Amino acid sequence: MNAIVTLERVTKRYGRLTALEDASLALEAGEVVALVGHNGAGKTTLMKLILGVIRPSAGRLRIFGEDPAGRHGARVRRRLGFLPESVAFNGAMTGAELLDFYARLKRAPLDANPELLRRVGIAEAAHRRVGTYSKGMRQRLALAQALIGSPGLLLLDEPTSGLDPDSRREVFETIDRLRGQGVTILISTHALTEVEPHADRIALVDRGRLLAVGDMASLRRKVPLPLTVRLRVRSCTTGQVMTKLSAYAEVLARTEDRLELAVEPDDRAALIHDLDRLRDLVEEVEIENPGLDALYRRLTAAEAR
Amino acid sequence: MNALLTVAGQEIRAGIRNRWVVATTLILAALALSLVLLGSAPAGTTGASPTAVVVVSLATLSIFLVPLIALLLSFDAVVGEAERGTLLLLLAYPVARWQVVLGKFVGHTAILALATVVGYGAAALLLFLRDAAEPGDWAGFAGLIGTSILLGAAFVALGSLASIAVRERATAAGLAVALWLVFVLIYDSALLGLLVVDQGQVVSGGLFDALLLLNPTDVYRLINLTGSGAASLLSGMSAPGEADQLSTKLLYGALCAWILVPLGLGVLVFSKRQP
Repeated sequence: MNAIVTLERVTKRYGRLTALEDASLALEAGEVVALVGHNGAGKTTLMKLILGVIRPSAGRLRIFGEDPAGRHGARVRRRLGFLPESVAFNGAMTGAELLDFYARLKRAPLDANPELLRRVGIAEAAHRRVGTYSKGMRQRLALAQALIGSPGLLLLDEPTSGLDPDSRREVFETIDRLRGQGVTILISTHALTEVEPHADRIALVDRGRLLAVGDMASLRRKVPLPLTVRLRVRSCTTGQVMTKLSAYAEVLARTEDRLELAVEPDDRAALIHDLDRLRDLVEEVEIENPGLDALYRRLTAAEAR
Repeated sequence: MNALLTVAGQEIRAGIRNRWVVATTLILAALALSLVLLGSAPAGTTGASPTAVVVVSLATLSIFLVPLIALLLSFDAVVGEAERGTLLLLLAYPVARWQVVLGKFVGHTAILALATVVGYGAAALLLFLRDAAEPGDWAGFAGLIGTSILLGAAFVALGSLASIAVRERATAAGLAVALWLVFVLIYDSALLGLLVVDQGQVVSGGLFDALLLLNPTDVYRLINLTGSGAASLLSGMSAPGEADQLSTKLLYGALCAWILVPLGLGVLVFSKRQP
């Protein structure tokens, strides 16, 4: 078995607060798993447990076959890269200096650092003070430090928070590239749709509990969620439009020139096809994927039953 | 390279970058040089050598300044990193917690030591160039620099402990101010008040000695102001109670304990902390 990360019924309590309850999860080598949940759902707690900076209140966890909070924790952490959710580096130091410091701690060769900075796209700012960096550049620097020493396991806590779309895309390009190199990656995020194409499996966390773990298809099977479709059509043609779409679309809201419909994901192709034929009538189309909230509601409702 | 030294090196580099090193060196140098240039003017003409005058004056002023600088350097050490989010990142590296605490302590003490050696050393140089040095003078000055570094280290350790024990930066700053007030200002006044009220009834010489050892600044004062004959003559500190019974070895031991105990406590508390 080549599981890099194994959690067996892990619980973490802070006093009376239960941050993570009875979580079991295994990450295989080379797998990308997205940890999806709201703020405070327990994503960061899970990462801290894997890092070994906190100990579980109950249960067992093994990273590279070792207890990360145990005696050989440092050995585990040498093979691990971590991008914290929010980090404010000392603004007086330059990017290159900070990277050198972290590389020394990891006993990684310093001469690999310029290449790391180049790869995350801040090579030209390497010798500028971090205080002068933009938010995006700081996040790139944080990503560069996580990549020091070619870690076998990468923990990325909200890697795209506060980034512009270009930077987000680059972050996911990096993730895809590392995935191709066989790095095991755990990404935490609250934007499900964003990570979906880049992850092998999704783990949904809500209020300290792992609700569901699986690939997107199996999650969809488990929780079938309709797409929300918003249309703006020429005035008083909603009836005409509906005659074409009524086979699979359910009307959620309706005014004289607007329609809000629920469509099962399987009917997406048919919908697009029909909308194309209705292009004389339809002026605006907005298709929304099922959000995390909807997924949660379904899952928690399913559990309550 | 050892993780401890890497952490220490980073603290020193940051200290150079944010001008802490320059500022503290300049302050200590300005203080020491001004005392040398004033010469014996504040003390009047005494039987003591000019060096002894400077050593005594400098020791007295160091008691105020060195702990203050040490606390300012160290109170932010851990709690500041925790607030910036870099502490969690640091602990995610292959670094043991004791290495973080000791590394920061070593870094801050090194900054203070550098400032003391350069600042006071410049004054010593000027002094010895101007006046002919007596054999005991060099030793006296070296002792002053050495004990000032030890005093600073004790307060760096206390500041680090404060930084580790609390959750918020503002609390750590408050604690640092409180530590300074208690050990530098309040403790001695309270002790004096106690002696006046007590009139020698309960507080024996031995107990008084013990009470003096419970404050690192008093230990420092005893070493520097009663240590050499000339200095004690000049400072009028030759016999506070029966303090002269305290051996030099014991005094240095006490000062080292003031470094090691808070540092040990700091390591202990930090290993329990949940980032």
